[in-house]
Amino acid sequence: MSTPLPKRKGPLGWDEAADLEKPPARIPEAAETDVPAELRERVEALMKRYPDRRSAALPALDAAQRVHGWCSPEAIAQVAAVMRVTPAYLASVATFYDMLKTEPLGRRYVYVCTSVACHLRNAKAVHDAIEYEAAAQGLEDVDIREFECLGACDMAPMASVDGRYVGPLDTSDAAELVSAIKEDREVLPGRGLPDAGFKLPWEDSR
Amino acid sequence: MTESLQTKVLTANLDIPDLHRLDVYEQQGGYASARKAVLEMSQDEVLETLESSGLRGRGGAGFSMGKKASFIPKGTMDKFLCCNADESEPGTFKDRLLMQRNPHLLVEGIVIGAVAAGANRAFIFIRGEYSEQADILDAAVDEAYAKGYLGKGVFGSQIQVELAVHRGEGAYICGEESALLDALEGKRGNPRLKPPFPANQGLYQGPTLINNVETLCNTPLIIEKGADWFKALGVGNSTGTKLVSVSGNVQRPGNYEIELGISAREIVYGLAGGPLPGREIKCWFPGGSSAPVLEPADLDLPYTFEAMAEAGSMLGSGAIIVVDDSVPIVGVALRLAEFYRHESCGKCVPCREGTNWTVKMLQRLDQGMATPMDLDIVASVQENIIGNCLCVLGDSMAMPIGSMIRKFRPEFEGHIEAARAAADQAAAVGEFSAVELAATPDAGAGVG
Repeated sequence: MSTPLPKRKGPLGWDEAADLEKPPARIPEAAETDVPAELRERVEALMKRYPDRRSAALPALDAAQRVHGWCSPEAIAQVAAVMRVTPAYLASVATFYDMLKTEPLGRRYVYVCTSVACHLRNAKAVHDAIEYEAAAQGLEDVDIREFECLGACDMAPMASVDGRYVGPLDTSDAAELVSAIKEDREVLPGRGLPDAGFKLPWEDSR
Repeated sequence: MTESLQTKVLTANLDIPDLHRLDVYEQQGGYASARKAVLEMSQDEVLETLESSGLRGRGGAGFSMGKKASFIPKGTMDKFLCCNADESEPGTFKDRLLMQRNPHLLVEGIVIGAVAAGANRAFIFIRGEYSEQADILDAAVDEAYAKGYLGKGVFGSQIQVELAVHRGEGAYICGEESALLDALEGKRGNPRLKPPFPANQGLYQGPTLINNVETLCNTPLIIEKGADWFKALGVGNSTGTKLVSVSGNVQRPGNYEIELGISAREIVYGLAGGPLPGREIKCWFPGGSSAPVLEPADLDLPYTFEAMAEAGSMLGSGAIIVVDDSVPIVGVALRLAEFYRHESCGKCVPCREGTNWTVKMLQRLDQGMATPMDLDIVASVQENIIGNCLCVLGDSMAMPIGSMIRKFRPEFEGHIEAARAAADQAAAVGEFSAVELAATPDAGAGVG
């Protein structure tokens, strides 16, 4: 997990024009595709959960993304070999969903909600402060982006750090949030939705 | 006083520690309703109870839950129940609370819903961002399987209910029921042409009932206490309680469970504390960001499906977003339009192009490159989206933006004037002119 992702250099993967002379990629041969054993097991287990194996496409790509850091052509080929579908089919799925990354943007993520409810509570400034701090502290391998409504408008403005919701945030939290990620500490302990006894600041005043 | 405005039925037990554990949930009488529905009631009795309770879908459309379940054809084929837990409507966070704190209530509701629809396979489609809640649901489903409350022969009966939690990967459109089915089948989440409706041809072409989390969570209470108890709550055709998510410029954002029919003012001021000191409410969304905005005077309306529709808006998912007078309405409109542009799946032209052009025109307006005539064009774009697509995503932008332009036209015009003056001044002192700004890729754009 610790190897840094390749830095993006120029057009890559999906931005390249298709080579129309080349025949489309077939389903990769299972014997010729090297798939990490754990990933293979996971994808096979996922396929069994559904009446139609293709239903496993989303969770399988998610599992591959956890291994590779993004839905790289290699990750897609591995899932395609196990699921017995074409890489093009999986690429069509991966490019549709926001949480499936088709570029190496970072293994960890900070999604800062900047949708309407958070917008009303200054979310853009919080996002910009986090981005500024990340650059200042040299934070790498983290995908920091504005995100659509994360369903936590009571915590606005808020962010999801690898799935853990933290908030309400202020621009002054940015430095600590970034250094906690950098040093692999828990981000803003006590202010995450799953934390024991989590309360919104105004909840005691009811 | 704030507590007395709430009617806690769905959320009554939420403060009990470890309620997410099956044993704790059962100590509170949990799974008695599912047991009753499976062992003591026929499918028709369950359907009849749900229908006569008047329970309406809590996801947005507000359609009768019992009636929807009754559309599922009878027969021995595989039938499906999908719980829509994709809660992505901006401003909505009620299902998150229910799933996080009381996951077994949802599992129990799914068993009851499956009995009503005669479904043997069920899925919870949860948005990928809710990873923590999905883990909680996974654990609850495992516990229910271990106890024999799910699987073959639930509660020792002949009924089979298989349930799996399916995580989305971040797409608002998957909250639309037919797009949800495509995503569950492992495809891009594009809405389908209807008819055929999911009740006849849904998941894997089989009959499928799709219900929101809160809707299903109401069913154990209705089976336990009866349709008449539920009907006694609320007013008219808006029966029961509603979990309302209040957000935006209020003092106490949060989820509040109210009896349908109390005034919106009681929710916004009584429960959520009203706007911050010194601020006035400019407008409010009564049912998520897709609902046309209402004015402060409309706060005295009863919060019901009917009253919100009569006022030209909708109760939708029950998410009230309050906008105060410190916020420029143009910024809110632009933010909304950017959201819908990003989330449009691109299948239907009016939505794909309409959301894109709305963003571009609102940006021009914000950058001092528009005239008041442009407002008419923005408004006409909205009119050409509504009703012209396979699903209502485009409408969901067109309705609130259209309502903002209608209700706040003087502010839009003032914004245009001010932005033009600022752009002219900047050009005069040699800063970037509006034209140069427009030539910069993505100038002024946010998410996209």
